[in-house]
Amino acid sequence: MEASDKKATWRPSWWRGRTAVIGVPYFWLLLFFLAPFLIVANYSVSEMGAIRAEDISSVSEGAIRLVMKYTNYQRLLPTQDTLYLYAYWASIKYAFVTTFFCLLIGYPFAYFMARAKQSLQPTLLMLVMLPFWTSFLLRVYAWKGLLDEGGWVASLITGTHFDKVLVLMGAIEVPGQLMHTTFSLIIGMTYTYLPFMILPLYANLSKMDLRLLEAASDLGATPWVAFWRVTVPLSKAGIVAGSMLVFIPCVGEYVTPDLLGGPSTLMIGRVIWDENFNNNDPPMAAAVAVVLVLLIVVPLAYFNKYQAEAQEARK
Amino acid sequence: MSTSADNTKFLQIQDVVKDFGGYKAVNHVNLDIAKGEIFALLGSSGCGKTTLLRMLAGFETPTSGRIILNGQDLAGLPPYERPLNMMFQSYALFPHLTVWDNIAFGLRRDNWPRDKVNERVEQMLKLVQLGKYAKRKPHQLSGGQQQRVALARSLAKQPELLLLDEPLGALDKKLREETQIELVNIIESVGVTCVMVTHDQEEAMTMASRIAVMSEGRFLQVGSPSEVYETPATRFVADFIGNVNLMDGTVTVDEADHVIIDCADCRHYVGHGITGTVGMPVTVALRPEKIALQRDKPADPANCVGGKIEELSYFGSETVFRIKLASGMVLCASMANTERHSDGAFTWGDVVWATWSPQAHVVLTQ
Repeated sequence: MEASDKKATWRPSWWRGRTAVIGVPYFWLLLFFLAPFLIVANYSVSEMGAIRAEDISSVSEGAIRLVMKYTNYQRLLPTQDTLYLYAYWASIKYAFVTTFFCLLIGYPFAYFMARAKQSLQPTLLMLVMLPFWTSFLLRVYAWKGLLDEGGWVASLITGTHFDKVLVLMGAIEVPGQLMHTTFSLIIGMTYTYLPFMILPLYANLSKMDLRLLEAASDLGATPWVAFWRVTVPLSKAGIVAGSMLVFIPCVGEYVTPDLLGGPSTLMIGRVIWDENFNNNDPPMAAAVAVVLVLLIVVPLAYFNKYQAEAQEARK
Repeated sequence: MSTSADNTKFLQIQDVVKDFGGYKAVNHVNLDIAKGEIFALLGSSGCGKTTLLRMLAGFETPTSGRIILNGQDLAGLPPYERPLNMMFQSYALFPHLTVWDNIAFGLRRDNWPRDKVNERVEQMLKLVQLGKYAKRKPHQLSGGQQQRVALARSLAKQPELLLLDEPLGALDKKLREETQIELVNIIESVGVTCVMVTHDQEEAMTMASRIAVMSEGRFLQVGSPSEVYETPATRFVADFIGNVNLMDGTVTVDEADHVIIDCADCRHYVGHGITGTVGMPVTVALRPEKIALQRDKPADPANCVGGKIEELSYFGSETVFRIKLASGMVLCASMANTERHSDGAFTWGDVVWATWSPQAHVVLTQ
């Protein structure tokens, strides 16, 4: 006992192997995420053509003076220009719809995968990950071919007159015209992000104690009731994790809306691009980006809180 | 409530077989259980006891045979329609629900009105003395408390039959002994018929009014705890329940009122008749606590054997001696430690004589 106590005092408690293991990725994130973000934040409070740190701070009378220009943020307000509000709203809306469809398709998939024969599960898991073997860009392009006039998916939809339903739902504007619509955008994003929904759900559902379903059945719950009262609540952590993994990148999505979306699906990623490259206004682009990050941090904080609670409950 | 007049046949298991791809986990089992009885299925793991219990609950379907509860054939009824409840091994409490909601789960599935649910849950919490813990989640409870929640949950719906799967298996020894009595008291106060599965013979003997000893899918013996202990039907049962010395021998005298059996080390004088013939090979079973030790050779040459104490284990209340006999066989004898210090107590290497009464034996003919 005494010997081990002595040993513990020899090294400070923070200097352990685990500190080093955690420290490396933290350092990486510090260098390539936090530092760039602070630079972007610096941009956002600067004026066009004056975006160095010295330009916003000056030393006078022994004190550092910070001169921040909030005009970029003021321009984001809908009283000045409704475009930004509209783009943020559209991004969140499309990300939400995509998350919803990923969950709708992904949950049953993950559920049956987790309940499939043990020997079959690695194969099913590989099939989920198979799309990653092809470039994301190529796969999104492929949807262009499928949804353009004459593509077989497009023919199938127009052939069954499903396009008329889509018009009623507001997903497309003109029957037969599927590309560059909300519909094509949502299909593309759902397709792209589906594996990110399935994997955490599968991890969660495959760990579930099946005796709980037997207990529910024994207490009079039909399989359907047991699913909603036991399986779904217990997979909440997986649902939250999957939804975050889909929702967060979807909000800032740039490539898919650019390739599959249309004039009516302006998302915030496009706005940032335009501010930076078309308007040559990096500070404005930075301000848009900072607000976007803040918008994402809120659900992420909720997610972390939820994970911590779930961790405690599993103990 | 009861539709069948015969309360001794409240639960009938008729020629039930469960075949897992050629392996008969349960092999032609027949059993009648009376109303209000606590019945234990006892056996080592893989003997088929859990499979039989799961067939009662409806999680497994018998390959053949019938299960009739209170006059109703359970075949084809899914678990959620059977009028019975089960307390699962390691409890299977819903981790996302509070103690209160766990107990109310079954009542809500039966669409009880809200005030009835409240009333019943409060009643169950009181029964298992967990009123203070109603708002806690299962992971915030100790093992013993979780066990009581599981019991309350399985009793809440007033089942006709209560199934217990290793009810105390997850508790440590001290708590297990306390809980055995408490559990029996609760079950008896509710008056529910109960079938439990256990591998712990002590637990089965303490809790059950009748025991079925199972091996390889069959019942070897069904009887009260004392019947199973004192008159085991087979060598397996004698060996499985408690400790026993088994000696193989041959019947040399077969009278109506006594039998003499010669074994390698000694001659047994059995004070009652057996169903057998002279020359028949039999096994004599002797419980360790029925053997007495002394230093001098007894006058009667029967029912005694000499040997050397090879090992002794002190258990506080008793000491178990392992005595090596001439043939090399080791005889186990236990003596209650009735005095704190006894001078001249037997110790390692002592040569002693073991004796027993003519009523101590069980003669096993199979």
